[in-house]
Amino acid sequence: MKMAARRRRAWKMNAFAWLLLLPSLIFLLVFTLYPVAGALKLSLFQADLGTPQPSFIGLDNYKSMAEDSVFWKVVNNNIWFAIGTVPTSILLSLLMAMFANKVMRARGLVRTAFFYPTVVPMIAIGNIWLFIYTPEYGMVSRFLETFGIKGPNWLGTPDLVMWAMIIMIVWKEAGYFMLFYLAGLQNISEELYESARVDGVPAWRVFWRITFPLLMPTTLFVSIIALTNSFKLVDHLWIMTKGGPENASNLLLFYIYETAFSFWDQGMASALTTVMIILLLVLAAIQFFGFDRRIHYR
Amino acid sequence: MMKKISYGLMYILAAVWLIPLVWTVWTAFRPKRLALSSSISIDFTLSNFTHVWNSAPFGTYYMNTLLIVAGVFTVQFLTVSMAAFAFARVEFWGKSAIFLLFLAQIMIPADILIFPNYTVLRDLSLLDTKLGIMIPYFASAFGVFLLRQMFKTIPFELDEAARMEGCSLWQILWRIYMPLARPAYVSFGLVSVSYHWNNFLWPLIITNSVENRPLTVGLAIFAQSFETGAQWSEVTAATMLVILPLLLGFMVFQRQFMNSFIHSGIK
Repeated sequence: MKMAARRRRAWKMNAFAWLLLLPSLIFLLVFTLYPVAGALKLSLFQADLGTPQPSFIGLDNYKSMAEDSVFWKVVNNNIWFAIGTVPTSILLSLLMAMFANKVMRARGLVRTAFFYPTVVPMIAIGNIWLFIYTPEYGMVSRFLETFGIKGPNWLGTPDLVMWAMIIMIVWKEAGYFMLFYLAGLQNISEELYESARVDGVPAWRVFWRITFPLLMPTTLFVSIIALTNSFKLVDHLWIMTKGGPENASNLLLFYIYETAFSFWDQGMASALTTVMIILLLVLAAIQFFGFDRRIHYR
Repeated sequence: MMKKISYGLMYILAAVWLIPLVWTVWTAFRPKRLALSSSISIDFTLSNFTHVWNSAPFGTYYMNTLLIVAGVFTVQFLTVSMAAFAFARVEFWGKSAIFLLFLAQIMIPADILIFPNYTVLRDLSLLDTKLGIMIPYFASAFGVFLLRQMFKTIPFELDEAARMEGCSLWQILWRIYMPLARPAYVSFGLVSVSYHWNNFLWPLIITNSVENRPLTVGLAIFAQSFETGAQWSEVTAATMLVILPLLLGFMVFQRQFMNSFIHSGIK
């Protein structure tokens, strides 16, 4: 009798939980799981403007991808883009947070100055920075001119364009990450610092022994966001360079966009999407299994 | 001494960070003929804005963006609260498997599924609709995790007391959890609103009419309609129009926003 009552209660709880989850699950299935499966499937087909009816070609899309120099260029770019943006913006955001946490004078203004790029859309940032980087009349060029230096064409030179993008993205992202570090700093007890001060521990040692290790969970979290962002942020390319010159600023997601909606090669776009998914999953796995254990959560 | 130097450097950094904004505001409010001159004068005009407002349907774009942002957040508010409550406080079969499914959305965000989702939307005949812009974002794993963290900090005794009073689980969610998790809702709301206000690539792909285009797409098309470099005044004015509401909102509520973000369990 008691067993039956308990079982009925368990049933009720299950039904309740699944009811609560149902709306989210439907949207997750239709707009995350199903598209992933769809991309996997279509990547095995030839489906472009020349083939109205998709035909099965096995792994041919992946083969031609491996022979496509633009694909490798784009992957290479994306790796450099990640290397350029992730550590720099994290380091800078940590400095910003430690400053914005302690500073007394103009605290609100300082926090706003660092954070506001977060709420500005990438497309607007593209517009603004296009003018900053414009040769001759742009802000950077004019600034250099006062020192008698002739500024280069930042966005038109293949060797420079990636640097220009990296600087812009660091400017955009650092303030956002600062917010997470500010939250992290709030959770470190003041007593730790107090006793370090009493013992006369030098500031850099306090940082390396207390602040930095205790912020490790935040650093992990922020590095995951930063890394995924380096694959997600491409809107500015549409306005600034369209991936050029000579694909020097092109990134994987923008290449997917071009392949799908400019060249209308749906099979290849699916194959590229699949590669992107695998890449993100591998990154997540590395971070989850590699990083996680060395961090001590409180 | 070290401290003074490093503080000084950080103040300079903050000033440098502000330069793009100051310059945008400056150019947008200056007469067009002075856009390229580096002289400093106090000429002020609104003509760039009136010109921009009249030369592209920014009013429609504004309405569309407002509708999209509000629509996404309203639906997310419901789906996210419900799912977070299930994860935080109900034991059920298959919990870890479902949790993994939510995690998958964090690792594979909708942003990179632009092409397959385009085909899904085509099959649902939702291309070039506002619902189509919103629908892939109706479930938010980020929101679920954020709220779940917050819900877990709410003492279980409150639940039990409410149950003693005869409250159903629904009522417990509505009357106890939601009000107590306010900071988490505020931060999630801000993340969601700024994300969808600023989203570009997805609406660009699936819209092709003025009636459904949001501000970002409108701005991009407007900016591209000029030869490069020649129309700084117009483009900065248009950019201001797009970024001003969020920027102002953030500046006014800076302290509340920062505090709720810091205390909402995002770590």
